Amino acid sequence: MRILVVEDDVVLADGLKVGLGLYGATLDVVASCADGQAALAVDPFDAVVLDVMLPDGSGLDLLASLRAKGDRIPVLLLTALDEVSDRIKGLDVGADDYLGKPFDLAELAARVRAISRRQEGRASSCMSYNGVTLDLARLTATIDGTTISLSRREFAILSALMDRPGVVLSKNNLEARLYGWQEEIESNTVEVHVHKLRTKIGRAKIETLRGIGYRMRPIAS
Amino acid sequence: MISLKRRLFSILVVATGLIWLAATGWIYVGTTREVENVLDSRLQEAARMVLSLAASNGVSSFQKDADSGHVAESLNYEHQLNCQIWSLDGRLVARSSGAPSESLSDSRTGFSERTINGETWRVFTAEDPTKNVRVLVGDRLGLREGFVTDIMKGLVAPMFLTIPLLALLIWASLNRGFRPLQILAKDLKRRNADDMTPVAAGNIPIEIQPMVSSLNNLFGRVRDALRHERDITAFAAHELRTPLAGLRTQAQIAMTTPDESARNAALRQMVFSVDRTSRLVRQLLTIARLDSGREAAMKSVHVGVVVQEVLDTLSPSDRGVDVTIDPVLRNTFVTTNREALVLAVRNLHENAVRHMPQGGTIRWSSQVTDGGVTVFVEDTGPGIPEDELKLVAERFFRGRNKSPLGSGLGLSIVTLALKTGGARLSLRNRIDTSGLRAEMIWDIRPRQDSTNAHDGSIPAYRRRAKSGLLPA
Repeated sequence: MRILVVEDDVVLADGLKVGLGLYGATLDVVASCADGQAALAVDPFDAVVLDVMLPDGSGLDLLASLRAKGDRIPVLLLTALDEVSDRIKGLDVGADDYLGKPFDLAELAARVRAISRRQEGRASSCMSYNGVTLDLARLTATIDGTTISLSRREFAILSALMDRPGVVLSKNNLEARLYGWQEEIESNTVEVHVHKLRTKIGRAKIETLRGIGYRMRPIAS
Repeated sequence: MISLKRRLFSILVVATGLIWLAATGWIYVGTTREVENVLDSRLQEAARMVLSLAASNGVSSFQKDADSGHVAESLNYEHQLNCQIWSLDGRLVARSSGAPSESLSDSRTGFSERTINGETWRVFTAEDPTKNVRVLVGDRLGLREGFVTDIMKGLVAPMFLTIPLLALLIWASLNRGFRPLQILAKDLKRRNADDMTPVAAGNIPIEIQPMVSSLNNLFGRVRDALRHERDITAFAAHELRTPLAGLRTQAQIAMTTPDESARNAALRQMVFSVDRTSRLVRQLLTIARLDSGREAAMKSVHVGVVVQEVLDTLSPSDRGVDVTIDPVLRNTFVTTNREALVLAVRNLHENAVRHMPQGGTIRWSSQVTDGGVTVFVEDTGPGIPEDELKLVAERFFRGRNKSPLGSGLGLSIVTLALKTGGARLSLRNRIDTSGLRAEMIWDIRPRQDSTNAHDGSIPAYRRRAKSGLLPA
């Protein structure tokens, strides 16, 4: 899961980057509305954690302009103003959730997971397909009843593939979902991770469409 | 509580009633006089007519039975006039049917009044001595009064009938006239305490227009004050809670991460965060102390020495910031509170250093004119966006060009400290190069003496502002 954090305080921004990373997400951090807008225009994010008071304007304005453009990306507002009226205003502008500072890191991670899985139309934090079950909250995978351990990258690739089983994801698409801006990507990184995944969950579970990408093998075949 | 409408209504009704009453009185008096005149001339004419008849025909032709034809009295307008014809020697020659047998008057000629059998008569007497005849024509005063009363009744009855109608009309017009006021009152009553939108001025009568416009004015000012208050509270909440959120997040990372280096990084961030928060607390305490507004002791202070001292206490800049103190500052003295000056200089200097992460030049200098003393510091940082210049001294305001360690309180502290020290802060972007010029200005009051009045009437800082933008 790739998350954009728009927060101008360096300590908090660093904390969010590292902290949400512990919960399996890939984070990118920007410090202003303008940078946030630019980042959202370029990269596919699964959710946005948005501070309200930013140096070049209000996060609410950024949110409003996103919604005006028809962008349905899940947004969690993070703000020092957590009066009821502020929360109502934030939610009405188009936020999916609201958390007042200071907050609990685990709660923030859970809420971000919740808003992004609702976006994908799931109510539970577990995904299941063709004998593979992923628990997004605990970052565990179960294959035919046996729990196996996956690295963060492997888990991210598997959850991206299982999100829409049957849909083919290209290598570039997977890279964009897995890695933040500052991270170095080797040309064969995705292949390496997929290879390791196959050895853990079984070769037949993931199908390679040469020159196109990867997808979960349909159940019927 | 008085009701304007009810009060106006009673005033109008009472006033109308009084005017009608006065008018009725006037009509009564006038009618009475007119009726008297008309009836008197009728008496006179009748008497003359009868006299001329009697004189031409002779007294004997009127000889009649003195007691016959006495009819029942009636207060109708018929048989109003009664007539007696006397011979000059006092013998009743003839009388009309309603007339008493007693003489109607004692007087020889002209008008007179007499009461006979409880009835007052108004009589005109005319005599013709040559024909030995005296004619008395009279009518009863009671009849006259009855006549006037009838006229008045005819007038007053419709009046009394129309008074309720008029009252109804007045009430209805008042209701209509007061409708804009009632709408306004209802509008004001309906809105809740936070609703500061202006009252619609469309259908407001001009009489209450001044009231409505000053009300709207007041609404506007309260709205601005509230917004300002909310902004400050929001800034404060943000600046106080964000470091706490960062601290907490980093603490949770340190607790949960399995990675040793990540834990150390988190702990370092926590230390930085605690340092930053303690600085914030220190600044808040400073503001509280300056806010308490104690009288500060003022004395002449050598600015150059103070600036040098402050620079010595600060850790030497390791980021290549070049600091110069202009020699002119070594000869500059101001009358101020030393502690406050130290506070202002330190905050301005730290501000300048913090906004030049890539290094640059800071220059302390001063200008002395007859208008006052200006001590200023110039940096080569990014400056302040023009639209933020007015806001930066607000508490907790942090603009676009902010530093990571800042709290948005530094310039508020400078402003407060300078106020304590009898000076003011002026900020502007440099025009010769990128950077900020922060001025501490001690104004000298314009001299009162008249020979110098023209010169002194221009505030010193204005004159300086024209020529002083470029560094001396």
